Amino acid sequence: MRRRVSLALLLAPPLTWLVVAYLGSLAVLLVSAFWSTNSFTGAVVRTFTFDNVARVLTDEVFRTATLRTVSVALTVTVACAVLAVPLAFYMAKIASPRARLALVVAVTTPLWASYLVKAYAWRMLLSPEGPLSWATSYTPGYGLIATIVTLTYLWLPYMVIPVFAAFNRVPDSLIDASSDLGASDMSTLRMVVAPLVFPGIAAGSIFTFSLSLGDYIAVTIVGGKTQLLGNIIYGQLVTANNQPLAAALSIIPLAAIVAYLLAMRRTGALENV
Amino acid sequence: MLSHGARRLLRGWTFLVLVFLYAPLLLVVVNAFNSSRTFAFPPTGFTLHWWSDAWNSEGMWESLANSAVVGLGATGIALVLGTMAAVAVQRYDFFGRHVVSFLVVLPITLPGIVTGIALNATFTSALGVSLGLATVIVGHATFCVVIVFNNTQARLRRMGTNLDDASADLGASPWQTFRYVTFPMMRGSLLAGAVLAFALSFDEIVVTTFTAGPTVQTLPIWIFGNLFRPNQAPVINVVAAALTIVAIVPVWLAQRFGGDPATTRV
Repeated sequence: MRRRVSLALLLAPPLTWLVVAYLGSLAVLLVSAFWSTNSFTGAVVRTFTFDNVARVLTDEVFRTATLRTVSVALTVTVACAVLAVPLAFYMAKIASPRARLALVVAVTTPLWASYLVKAYAWRMLLSPEGPLSWATSYTPGYGLIATIVTLTYLWLPYMVIPVFAAFNRVPDSLIDASSDLGASDMSTLRMVVAPLVFPGIAAGSIFTFSLSLGDYIAVTIVGGKTQLLGNIIYGQLVTANNQPLAAALSIIPLAAIVAYLLAMRRTGALENV
Repeated sequence: MLSHGARRLLRGWTFLVLVFLYAPLLLVVVNAFNSSRTFAFPPTGFTLHWWSDAWNSEGMWESLANSAVVGLGATGIALVLGTMAAVAVQRYDFFGRHVVSFLVVLPITLPGIVTGIALNATFTSALGVSLGLATVIVGHATFCVVIVFNNTQARLRRMGTNLDDASADLGASPWQTFRYVTFPMMRGSLLAGAVLAFALSFDEIVVTTFTAGPTVQTLPIWIFGNLFRPNQAPVINVVAAALTIVAIVPVWLAQRFGGDPATTRV
């Protein structure tokens, strides 16, 4: 009985905060998507209307931006996985224990460097007079490619760590057994290692996908004229001062991520987060 | 397993990815000393001039002070809430434990823009609160909780309950056990969580944009506002370089306190 009381006391403050401040806000977000603004004063009017949601679903501009944003998020996720898998394999299975530790630190330290500075670094790197065009006399310039590269750079550590953890959990004895039974390295990788590592990739992809989907800072810095959902939402809220439409638009990334989380749950990735 | 050639290939790949991760950061540091005003590459000369310009920038100091206030406030709240949630999840068995963990992690899983717009809608349209430092602190605390939670939870799991049980067997009250046994052992992870939560708050820009309103500027907001002004570029480059170098501090501190900066955010 006393344990019940102390548990309740322990849980009450954090749960109250998260439920009221966080889930409460998400609820307000969903509700406010059905409000409208006074066309004269711009003030939010709390009357129920489907206008915003209808506009989000039918407007060609929004639909194109949604498709573009989801494609960017998926491309970034694939790019992160391609970069991370060989690296994580090397870290977990080939590097010496000392080198492994050093690599984990080396891969995760950039996470703590300023996000803004990292995006800005790519702006400098890709500028027409920057190091890349100096060294190779080629630069993709600011646009969609630059956005994808920058987002891949920003979120790569989020992919490396879960994939590394997944490789780490594959027992060496399993790999030895597979090759003792006559499997080639490729078959062992494909039939023994890959299924065990896939949940790690899925776990990492939740971060890379979700973070790319909502980003508007990186695309503003290196994206040139590229419009992603993030900067359209920002524009609606700040420039057009249409909070309900911004709320309706931000349901798109929210829904996309919930769908993604549900899909990933079937892979067991959520236990790794 | 794997042939010699394949291993070398993997080592080369690892090296290239590390270059990919660190070259942009190196460029930021180099450009802060680039004497060319247009920051064309390669640098035309070495200068410390921009550093004194940055030092004398008033906007920078003002926004830095705001960032410090927000970081401390959010960290304080996150410390209390994150520790309570971690103790509850690790030391009690109850229905819905996974829901609590999930709820704590959710704010860093959902994109910042969703959290930001949601809080903005709540503060402005629903509650009618005017945006300022306080609303930024509330926003930051929400996603900083998970940092403290992850660090403390990992430590509690490693500690096990043997010493707590021994203390209880020897007649200590639950409070005494917590005060004299559990708390001293998890102090390091609390410090690590606090340092990392502060670092996360210090760097955050998206939720900040939507909860700060037009008058309050934190350091990232100030940088972003000046990023596209060519005559501010030297100062921005210096601040960027300083932030890049300083970023090692929380990682190093957290490691010293026995936290795990590598997996705290992932």
